[in-house]
Amino acid sequence: MTAPLLTVRDLSVTFPDSNGGLEALDSASFTIYSQEFVCLLGPSGSGKSTLLRILAGLLQPTAGEFVFAGGQPKIGMVFQQATLMPWQTVLGNIMLPLELDGVREEERRARAQELVELVGLQGFEEAWPRDLSGGMAQRVAIARALIHDPDILLLDEPFGSLDALTRERMWTELSRIWQARQKTVLMVTHSIGEALFLADRVLVLSQRPGRIKLDLKVDLPRPRRDDIRYTAHFGRLARKLKEAIE
Amino acid sequence: MSVAPEPCSGVFFDSQPACPVSRPAGLPCEAFFLQAMTTNPTRKHSPLLTRWTALLSLAAAFVTWELVSRYGGLPAFILPAPEQVASRFWRALADGSLLTHTAVTLAEILLGLLAGTVAAMALGYAVAKSRLFERLVAPYLVASQAIPIVAIAPLLVIWFGPGMFSKVLICALIVFFPVLVNTVVGVRAVPRALHDLMRSLRATRGQIIRRLEVPAALPVLLGGLRIGATLSVIGAVVGELVGADKGLGFLVNSARGQYDTALVFVAVFTLIALALALYGAVAWLEKKLLSWQESHA
Ligand SMILES: Nc1ncnc2c1ncn2[C@@H]1O[C@H](COP(=O)(O)OP(=O)(O)OP(=O)(O)O)[C@@H](O)[C@H]1O
Ligand SMILES: [Mg+2]
Repeated sequence: MTAPLLTVRDLSVTFPDSNGGLEALDSASFTIYSQEFVCLLGPSGSGKSTLLRILAGLLQPTAGEFVFAGGQPKIGMVFQQATLMPWQTVLGNIMLPLELDGVREEERRARAQELVELVGLQGFEEAWPRDLSGGMAQRVAIARALIHDPDILLLDEPFGSLDALTRERMWTELSRIWQARQKTVLMVTHSIGEALFLADRVLVLSQRPGRIKLDLKVDLPRPRRDDIRYTAHFGRLARKLKEAIE
Repeated sequence: MSVAPEPCSGVFFDSQPACPVSRPAGLPCEAFFLQAMTTNPTRKHSPLLTRWTALLSLAAAFVTWELVSRYGGLPAFILPAPEQVASRFWRALADGSLLTHTAVTLAEILLGLLAGTVAAMALGYAVAKSRLFERLVAPYLVASQAIPIVAIAPLLVIWFGPGMFSKVLICALIVFFPVLVNTVVGVRAVPRALHDLMRSLRATRGQIIRRLEVPAALPVLLGGLRIGATLSVIGAVVGELVGADKGLGFLVNSARGQYDTALVFVAVFTLIALALALYGAVAWLEKKLLSWQESHA
């Protein structure tokens, strides 16, 4: 096993509200190793998005801490709702992280073009976000999260609004990118199948306040193909996850 | 794309009246009113038809003017005929006086617009970003709106002299408030999700302003500028009428003193042209900068 990239200790979050605070996350502890693909599963409201927001530095935890080995990492984040800048074209949106890093225009364009092809948006480079469907917008957001070669990808249900066919293509692509570029991924999903298809490990959060209820190693062989879901081992793992979520 | 009326949570004042009409979701109340005031609700008509109606109504007004001045029995110092005004216009143009006065007024307007806009945007940004700062300055801002600029214009001319500076100041003051309000509304309306995105990418303060807040606030800001541009013409003329030795407002005053009513007409028409040109310039800017918006597509 590789070295830990992220260590999370007793992370708790309480949102202030009128009756004494809403506990969203309750002393979550886990470790993510470098180049690992981890999926985060849990019922709605269990604090999955909240956890990702903390790790991205968007939210202060009420208690606990988390440490990235090697200091502040570069983050590629896909939010639950596609957040595109409406005044930028598809290409402009994808290039944003490189622009902030001060990368030259030509290189920005070249890399953005590669990603446009990866997410299958050829011909829409100059389209405005208002003209995109939900799934297309989400693919732009995925391309944007990948372009600056981040150390860790934080994905919040990135394929939620895609059709089944595109989703499965994106699974394969994401697996490929993850392996080729040796990324570390923490991905929230609602789909047990998706988690088992992609992840090395699945963390299950309990009902609110979320605490880590199960940390399941997915020892399915790679590369995983579509028919892996019909194997007995896949079924066993799926059942364990299902029981943990309920 | 309309929502039911909902109470506005205010800029500056917490107790604002609810919007009496439905407005597009996500558009703050203040911005909606400003837009409603400045956009043409009959946009549905074909542009050609609208243009022809406008021309026709202009022609009708012109003919009426011609007829009244010819058969109305009014002396020329009350109502000069169109051709008298035209020849006065050529004369004023030929001796260079019209251009000189127009240049002075235009300079006052542009400088005032620039100064007022820059100041309003800076202050508006601070107000939008800090509740504490808003509480500190809001009473003064609201109170300052109660002062009619027209009434304190003489005071400003007394203090700062009859030169250009006092007019620039009046323009700046008159432009200040609408631009300020729109800056606050625009900056506050930047979606939180986009702020999160920028922060997750470790964008610097300057990058957030340039890449996010300015473009996001631009539509509302330009709406404020459009109002400000028209108001600043009024500001300059008021200042010149109170006391000046140059400018179109001064020209109106001195022509009136000599019963040269045709020249008053010339000055007024020039002012109208100036105001329209400024308005058009801002509208052009909007079209150019906001091409990503549906309504400008
Ligand atoms: N900024 C906030 N202020 C107050 N409460 C919040 C805030 N953000 C989240 N919450 C609450 O915290 C809880 C967890 O929210 P979170 O968005 O993390 O859930 P989730 O697991 O991502 O759910 P879903 O699967 O529906 O996306 C919810 O009850 C939510 O209402
Ligand atoms: Mg969520």
